[in-house]
Amino acid sequence: MTTAGRGRLAALAAVAVGATVALAGCATGDPLDSGSDGGGDSETIVVGSQDYYSNEIIAEIYAQALEENGFTVDRQFRIGQREVYIPEIEGGAIDVFPEYTGNLLAFYVEDTTATTSDDVYAELEGALPEGLRVLDQSPATDQDSYHVTRAFSEENGVTSLADLEDVTTPITLGGNSELATRPYGPEGLKSVYGVDVAFTPIEDSGGPLTLKALVDNQVQMVNIYSADPNIAVNDLVTLEDPEGLFLASNVVPVVSEKVTDEIAEIINTVSAALTAEDLVALNSLSVNEQQSADQIASDWLGEKALF
Amino acid sequence: MSLFLDAIAWLTDPANWTGAGSIPQRIVEHLWISAVVLVIAAAIALPVGGAVGHTGRGREPVVMVSGGLRALPTLGVLTLFALWLGIGLRAPVIALVILAIPPLLAGAYAGFESVDRRTIDAARAVGMRELQIVGKVELPLSMPIVVGGIRSATLQIIATATLAAYVADFGLGRFIFAGLKTRDYGEMLGGSLLVIILALLVDGCFAVTQRLVVPAGVRATRTRELRSGPTRSRAAVGKPITEGNQQ
Repeated sequence: MTTAGRGRLAALAAVAVGATVALAGCATGDPLDSGSDGGGDSETIVVGSQDYYSNEIIAEIYAQALEENGFTVDRQFRIGQREVYIPEIEGGAIDVFPEYTGNLLAFYVEDTTATTSDDVYAELEGALPEGLRVLDQSPATDQDSYHVTRAFSEENGVTSLADLEDVTTPITLGGNSELATRPYGPEGLKSVYGVDVAFTPIEDSGGPLTLKALVDNQVQMVNIYSADPNIAVNDLVTLEDPEGLFLASNVVPVVSEKVTDEIAEIINTVSAALTAEDLVALNSLSVNEQQSADQIASDWLGEKALF
Repeated sequence: MSLFLDAIAWLTDPANWTGAGSIPQRIVEHLWISAVVLVIAAAIALPVGGAVGHTGRGREPVVMVSGGLRALPTLGVLTLFALWLGIGLRAPVIALVILAIPPLLAGAYAGFESVDRRTIDAARAVGMRELQIVGKVELPLSMPIVVGGIRSATLQIIATATLAAYVADFGLGRFIFAGLKTRDYGEMLGGSLLVIILALLVDGCFAVTQRLVVPAGVRATRTRELRSGPTRSRAAVGKPITEGNQQ
């Protein structure tokens, strides 16, 4: 290649990188452009979210609901894992954070025996450290759950984890590597339902690789979060859990001491209105329609007309 | 520091050294996939690199392609191939081969190129055919640099083969992923230390090999020169010798 050609290529690359950076800047929009015009609390409420698209949608709903009621909101979205953001909430840097009752309880009480929705919530209230509290839990759940393909379900007559015992073909379970040691993993299946399964780690948290492995029959059962729209898209069968192997995990806001009763009431209204079906539908808008969390949240709030 | 203590406690726990998914089993798996990847990548890259170095043709495209391959994020490539081929070892093997090709290619063509043109001309002058020149002159003389390429590729493969655990129950990466996700940082760090130790040990073996493959003739010349005076530094092990009447 000639020197001139290489120079042109470098210039092109520079433009491409610049454009990408600039576009990325635009995509998030201006977080301060909220239309809050005085009234309400002058203090800024910091809303955070996990690095999980569905969690971000819920956080965005909280944020917009607060803004509609005249509060100023600072969005701190897409903060990594629980280990990272929990200290931030405890330290008062974040005021409102969407969480999941079961997973959060397991974070604080590793050997918890609660499995039903109400038990988990009750124990969680007591388990939280000083300065943190949970508001009302939402009927929407997003929890670990086992799925099989429609074909597997019909062939073996399996609709519940209790039916797996009678399946004659070997079953391999697919999911993140931590599933191998979790109480609801292979050991839990053995002790609660008497089912022997092999295990294959697939590290994408029930994402496309896990789905492909299931559809290709490389694994026969996978762990996917129950609010994942891919369950419906791929016509998967969610296996019932009559013995309560999994911890129920409802959507629940964790809040700091700065959250007043007035704010709590606004968020509780949102939580009460958010059903399990809603959450799947919202996730589907994100995954299948590629809508932004901002858009999805404002459409949902407009449709529900809560405030 | 308590993290390191956790890691040492994990490494020295006898329970981790026996049974399914034990440390020895993971090490063997890790070495196995690394070896498979190295053999496949070498079979592709060394002949191509050798041909480029020998003929001096096609250097530009090869440099560009191998530079481009270096820029590919291995996890992305792995995910892409896994979505196509499904979970298991095929996707990680392909991703690691792509990772290993650039250093192997660079070692091969740089090695062949480094052979003094006058040596090759001399070989041709005494009646050697092209293949004889490649096999008996260029290959032995370029070996230290070619092995250097293999060495650097192997180091990268061993370090990155942890990603095999992303889509398969395989290799030392299992400890790292499992430890990270269950907040068992002792296990995570222990697994990482094993990878580092493994990489250093294998690298050490290659360092020795790199010395051993210096052709006897080159070594003999070097010794003579060293005795006659420090005109050539010891570090020039892999350098082509200068021969003939040049002063």
